[in-house]
Order: sequence, then structure tokens, then C-alpha cells
Amino acid sequence: MSTEIKTVEGITKESTQAMIDEVLELYPEKGKKKRAAHLAPNDQASGSACVKSNKKTVPGVMSARGCAYAGAKGVVWGPIRDMVHVSHGPVGCGWYSWGTRRNLMSGITGVNSFPMQFTSDFQEKDVVYGGDKKLATLLKEAKDLFPLAKGISVLSECPVGLIGDDINQVAKVAAKELDIPVIPCNCEGFRGVSQSLGHHISNDTIRDYIIETREFPEPIGPYDIALIGEYNIGGDAWSTKPLLEECGFNVKAVWTGDGEMDRIAATHQVKLNVIHCYRSMNYMCKVMEEKYGIPWIELNFFGPTKIRESLRKLAELFDDSIKEKVEAVIAKYDPQMQAIIEEYKPRLDGKKVMLYVGGLRPRHTINAYEDLGMTCVGSGYEFAHTDDYDRTASEMPDATVVYDDASEIEMEHFAHILKPDLIGSGIKEKYLFQKMAIPFRQMHSWDYSGPYHGYKGFPIFARDIDMAVNSPTWKLVDAPF
Amino acid sequence: MANNLGLKVKPVTETPVAEVERVAAWINTEEYKEKNFARQALVINPAHACQPLGAELAAHGFEGSLPFVHGSQGCASYYRSTLNRHFREPAPAVSDAMTEDGAVFGGQNNLHEGLENAYKLYKPKMISVFTSCMPEIIGDDLTAFIKNARMKGFVPEGLPIPYANTPSFNGSHIHGYDAMLLAILQTLTAGKKVEGRCTGKLNLLPGFDANTGNIREYKRILEAFGIPYTVLADISEVFDSPNDGTYRPYPGGTKLEDAADSINGKVTLALGTYSTAKTYAWIKDNYSGKLASIPMPFGIAKTDAFLMKLSELTGKPIPASLKEERGRAVDLMTDAHQYIHGKKFAVYGDPDYLLGLVSFLLEVGAKPTHVLCSKGTKKLEKELQALLDSSPFGKEGKVYVNKDLWHLRSLVMTEPVDAIIGDTHGKFAARDAKVPLFRFGFPIFDRVNLHREPLIGYQGVMNMMSTICNKFIDVIDETCEERQFEMMR
Repeated sequence: MSTEIKTVEGITKESTQAMIDEVLELYPEKGKKKRAAHLAPNDQASGSACVKSNKKTVPGVMSARGCAYAGAKGVVWGPIRDMVHVSHGPVGCGWYSWGTRRNLMSGITGVNSFPMQFTSDFQEKDVVYGGDKKLATLLKEAKDLFPLAKGISVLSECPVGLIGDDINQVAKVAAKELDIPVIPCNCEGFRGVSQSLGHHISNDTIRDYIIETREFPEPIGPYDIALIGEYNIGGDAWSTKPLLEECGFNVKAVWTGDGEMDRIAATHQVKLNVIHCYRSMNYMCKVMEEKYGIPWIELNFFGPTKIRESLRKLAELFDDSIKEKVEAVIAKYDPQMQAIIEEYKPRLDGKKVMLYVGGLRPRHTINAYEDLGMTCVGSGYEFAHTDDYDRTASEMPDATVVYDDASEIEMEHFAHILKPDLIGSGIKEKYLFQKMAIPFRQMHSWDYSGPYHGYKGFPIFARDIDMAVNSPTWKLVDAPF
Repeated sequence: MANNLGLKVKPVTETPVAEVERVAAWINTEEYKEKNFARQALVINPAHACQPLGAELAAHGFEGSLPFVHGSQGCASYYRSTLNRHFREPAPAVSDAMTEDGAVFGGQNNLHEGLENAYKLYKPKMISVFTSCMPEIIGDDLTAFIKNARMKGFVPEGLPIPYANTPSFNGSHIHGYDAMLLAILQTLTAGKKVEGRCTGKLNLLPGFDANTGNIREYKRILEAFGIPYTVLADISEVFDSPNDGTYRPYPGGTKLEDAADSINGKVTLALGTYSTAKTYAWIKDNYSGKLASIPMPFGIAKTDAFLMKLSELTGKPIPASLKEERGRAVDLMTDAHQYIHGKKFAVYGDPDYLLGLVSFLLEVGAKPTHVLCSKGTKKLEKELQALLDSSPFGKEGKVYVNKDLWHLRSLVMTEPVDAIIGDTHGKFAARDAKVPLFRFGFPIFDRVNLHREPLIGYQGVMNMMSTICNKFIDVIDETCEERQFEMMR
């Protein structure tokens, strides 16, 4: 890793700490004490986390966090395209998470691809008498109406766990009867402190119910890999998978964007797991390493610098033929990327960006902005753990502010002081900052654009960032009268 | 063997193309429709959300009101995101972030800490508390918890804290709207009734309506009449605030003193009988002045009825300007009826919207063929059927209550229509049926600015007519043979 210390003019540990102290003054004593541990200036050289994370959200603050169900349905299970995913419980959770994470899917809707909302629509009587019978009926109906579905996942919402329904038993019986995998996932929203536990629980169910239940019919080859933690937001996987294939790899399974149940189930046969979203799927990589001896590697596909670095890191693990192909790929795309940088950098150079996203983007994208001449002056996560912040320290410039589970009032305060030229965060923050006339991109979902991953994604990323920062509309905010 | 299911290890298989094609054709058939309609337990693509979302919308409609979700933080995030995506506006709200320990010990500590933080941080004039599933199931007692919060000094004595129970496993977003609105009015008007006092104002209850243009349109009509008014709850500024470089967490809403004084109003008028049913019943027993509840003014006849009701209730004549506007709307309808006459529509959505949209379609000679509500009552079913029966254009129409958008898909594939009216979620069925989707409803995630375009009143008639007729003309231009492509349409 590079040891060069990045600094930002005007930002020192003291200035950042003063900014943090000011915002903490807004809280009552107890809230102030709880939040203080989650806000700190970065210490780039340390390479370790400067803030506490993965703790309960302070009640009554405007947090951006979701819940375990959101992590299970929206992130891990939802993108598997050929399965029916049942939101088991009241209607709302499924309805809110329906189509809102932009994990695009191939196939024919309702035939062999299911970007739909399936719910048991719990009523009061289900809460009183239990919903197990309804679930059993529902699973049969799903199998009947969607015969090509490769499996059914049952994702439980809060009431299911609170009333003590046994979805595991129902799923077990149904799986035998219907002769397809029925996976119970106890991901009730009240579990844990954020989406993160939902990822973990889902990974555990993949481990317990899916992995090793399928085998590839063709012999295992030396370049067979799986792409893990790639959710195909705005078509990301359709950029990264072909890129890896161009480098000579056989991408046997993608987890879980545009994912296929069978292929995920046979992943224990690959030679290497390549993980992109470390936060949501490192558990599975570790499981496969321990159980099947499959090594794994973390890569970053945002921006040419990181793509180049990642591909070379990957090639190191293989033979010369791969190394040659990787160098050829880099040589092919580098000039194209350079042209993009030459086009956009003059308009973006020296601009400041503040990030606040979910599991990986607050560190993964920093370098992509730097490729365009921009500087990251604040970064933080909704649901990261210490290992994420450890990985962030070396990417972020020294002394810049790091915030964990930031409340909106903190973000607002930091934005007032740091005066960023762009904020990259989520839908809940977007319109607040745009009212402050600060350009914004939704970095959970690429703001209805994408892909942003890989060589195919960088030109789109660069265009979108330029479009946001340099839109003439921002100049109209102040009336001339 | 790693899997817990005891299933045999199978090879990875691809579904044969022929099989995919067979099923793709099969799901469009009458046979599939029957199977689909025989469903008892599985709900697929419903057109309704849960109660707390509606509660949050009502809570946003009052000045300085901070919506407060007593329950899991994930719920609060979902409601906020949904409102953000629809309005493309901020929706500030907090939750008290209940987790496992809340399930065991109850949510009082969360609520107390949450109220203390929320009050100090966001300086609201009112905190509007409503529940999500978790506290409803464990049986948290909001009345006691909030009383204790005041006693312990977490919030000042005078701060209004209306609260509503809004279990998600009961009713839909419109019921949550009703429950929260009722709680807010009960709280604010407590002890405010003054014998003999009359504000001279009309209280208008627009109900669950996520169209800020509609609310503005009501206000414009009342202003044309010269009727002083209070809208309960007024979301029009909250979700349509100007961009002048300053973020304001509470950019509008019904003034709290106006809401409090609404109990001494001259007249109360509820628009739509479904999404404010409980509030209306309570107002009936408690408010001074005259009152009435009429359907939402979609289309000419229902707008006429609205204006005549206003005139009747206030004694003011219908302004000439509105009569002229009526004439313009009718003029447009006679001019453009040829593009919509006899066209078949599938319509789905909330009860009050459905009644209005169907009424409008019938009066322009269009045929509402499938009318679907994914959360409705027998009463609604009867009312919609009676509406269809009232016109020769409703003859082929059928009402489907408690059916979802996957049922709707079967309907439009087996008994085709020319267009669908509903929210964004209908875009899949519309694409499969190869017909346009007119986004008149909530939520609209995939088009800009539609929430600002009024659908009610004569202006609404003109908007809907222009949108629908011009789209049908677009379709002709986009799909006709070269030799049929002409200058005029």
C-alpha cells in the first residue's frame, strides 16, 4: 500500500475536531456521549479505524440506516433473479423494497426472472393465530404459478419473529413436498443494529441451504472464479463479468446480482473468489476458504487507478498467460480512460466531495474521484464495521472527517463548514442537500444511471459527476432580485 | 453434504429455451388466469403500503411537525425513502430505533431517549408519534409512555405530542393517514372549543393525497370563492418547497393554531370518504359548524358537486371564473372526446382515487373495464359497481377488491385494454400488455413533476384529458404505417 500522506489545504486534525465538537454541542448530554465515539479526524498513516462502529443507533436522531430485513431482501437474496423471494409478514416491507435497489436482472419477468413483490400480507389474524399455515399454502401457490423458479426464499419481517412462528419447519416440509429449495431466512428487522446483520444472516442461510447442492457438469478449470458481492446496480455486473472474462477467467457465478441459484450453489467448485462488496459477503468468502480451501481476494473496480491495481493483484495469483492478458487489457483500456480523464478533469480538478454511503463505496470510490482530480474531505458508512474503517484510513486524506452512522444534522453541519462541491449519499439525503444548492449523486443506486464499475462504468461515472457538479442549474438558485 | 434440506446434489441446469417460451405464453392465458385468481395466501405486487407510511404523510402536513416512528429504524427509512422518491423532496422524520432489547423490555426507554434527542436536535413545534409493527405486537402503551416522558422532563409540558397506533398488519396507508390525522386534531383541539365562537373558516380534509398540485388547486378554488379556509393536513408547501439555497426542515404545513381553532370552524368538508373516515366521524361529534363528506372532485360531475356543496355550505355563489373554467374543460372534452371515446381502461389504486377516476372516464365515454383495489371493502366494491352501472360505458366494467397487480396482469393479458391508470408499480403489467400507463396516483418513482399537476377540479379534467389524448395520438404516430403518417390527427 502507498504510504504517501494525502493532505487537504485548510484541514487539520484540530480543525476537524473543532467541527465535530461543535456539532456534538447540539445533542443532549447522553446523546452527545454516544455520538462522540463515532466522529473523528482520519489518521491516514495508522491504517486503522478512528471511529467506533456497528453500534445501536441513537434513538430520535435522523439516521439513514435500514434493518436486517433490508440487508437480506434488498441486498443479498433479492438480486438472485431466478428465485421467488417472499417477504413474509405485513405488506409494507416488501412494498418499500420492491425495485428500489436497482439490481437489474435478465430473463422474462414472472417466467424465469422475478423482480416482483411476493408477500404473505400478514393480517391481525395471522399475528394472533400464527402465519405458518398461510406460509405453507403460499409456497405451494408460488410453485404452481411460477414453475420455472429455481427456489423460494422466505424472508421474515418483524412480526414473524416476535410471535415465534417456525418458518424453518414450514420451509423444510415444503422443500420436500415441492422438490425445490425453500430457504428460510430469519432476518426480522429488529435484529441487530443495521442492514449488516441481514447480510450476515443471509450468508449463513446460503451456507446452510444452498452451497454444495449443485455441481457444474463441466470439469473444473484453472481459471474458474466466482464474483462475490457484486449486485449489478445499474448493470455493474454486466461490466465487471465481461472484464474478468476478457482477462481470461471463467466467471462461474455472480453473487448475487443478476444471480442464478444453481450457479451460486455450485460455487464451492471454483478456484478463487473475487469479492467486491466486502461488507456484505466477506463471511461467505471466509466460509468457503475454511471449508473448501478456496482463497479469496478483495478488488475495487471504481476508476482506472484501482481497476489497474486490482487486475494486477489478481493476475499475481495466476500464471503468465493471465498476467499477459491482464496487461493487454490494461494497455487496451488505459488510453480510453486517459481520454475520459482529459475530458473531465479540467472541469473537476480541485473540487471537494463528501461521501456517506453503505458498505464499500465510502472507501472504494475515493480513488475514482481522485482520478478526476477531486478530493474527498469527509467519508463514512451507514452500517460498516471496524474492518471497513481500517480499510478506509489509508484511502482518505489525513485529518479529514470520518463519521459512522451519521445523523442528518451532523452531515448538514459538516457540509456547512466544509462546503463540498458534491455530496455522494442516498435518497434520504439527496433533496436536503440540493435545497442547500449542493450538487448531489445517489451513490447507493447511481441515481438512476450506471454502471459505475469497471472500464465500462468509469466514463459513465465521470459524465455523471461532471453533470452534477457543473450543471448550470445550480447557478440559477440565487435570484437576481 | 452441507445443505440443511437433505436434498440430493444436482447438476447446474439451464432451463431449455422451449420451456421458457412455453411458460411465457402460458402466463398470458385464460387457464393461468384461473389459477392465478384461485390464490388464497400469496399476494403478488400489491397496490398498497402499510399504515405508518400514511401516518407520516399526515404528520408532515402540520407546521413544525416532526414525524416520529416508534419502532424499528428500518421502517422509518423505508417510509422516508418512499416519500423522497415520489416527491423528490426531503422528508425529515426520526425513529426511536427499537431492536431486540426493545422486544424484551418494551420500547419506553427508546421512546424517552428518542423524544429528548429529537426535541433538542430538530426543534419541532410538535412531535407526531406513530408505531410500526414491533411495538404493536409487544403491546407498548403509548399513552403511558408519553405521559411518563413529560413527567420526567424529556419534553416540555406544552409540546403537543399526538400519537397513533398504526399496525402494519391491518388496513393500509390510508388508514394510517386517518389515524394520525385524527390523533393530531384531537390533541391540538383539546380544550379549544369555545361556545359561540366561529372562525368563519372552512376546514378542508383532502385525505391521503400525495399530489401537492391537488392541494394547491383546492386552495385556489376556495380563494376564488372568497372562502377563508384551513386545510387539514396541508402538505402542499412541505413537499413542494422552493430551492433558494436554504434547507428548511419544516417548509410549510397547516399552522398549529389554525388546526387548534378548526374545532370552531364554520364548515368542515372532507373529500373522499375512505381515507378520513374515522377523523370525519370524530369531527362530526365534536366540531362546531356544518359539515359534509363528498367524493374527491375528479371529473366534471364530481367537481360540480364539490362547488355546489361549497356554495351550499358557505352561502357564497359559485364564482363566474370557475364557471368559465368549467366551460373550458367541457370544451376540451368535446374537442378531444374522439381520442378517448370507447377506449378501455384498467384502473387501480386507493378507494377515493378509484371512485374519482372511474367517474371521470365514464363521463368522457371511455370504458373502465378492470377496476382494482388491492385493499378495499365490500362497501367500496358496491360503490364502484353502482358507479359503473350508472353509465352505459360501465357495462363491461368489473370491480376487483383485494386483488393485486399480478391479478391485474392476468386481466389485461386475457381481456385487453387500451391503457392502464395507476401508480408506477403498474409499469410491468403495462409493458407486457403493450399499452400506456397513466401515472395518476401514488407512488410515482419514474416520472418527474407529476405530483405537482392537479388532477382534481376542472383544471384536473383538462390535465388528464390532455395527457391521455395526446399519448394516444403519440402511439398512433409512433406505430402507424408510413402511408398513414399524416400532418393532422
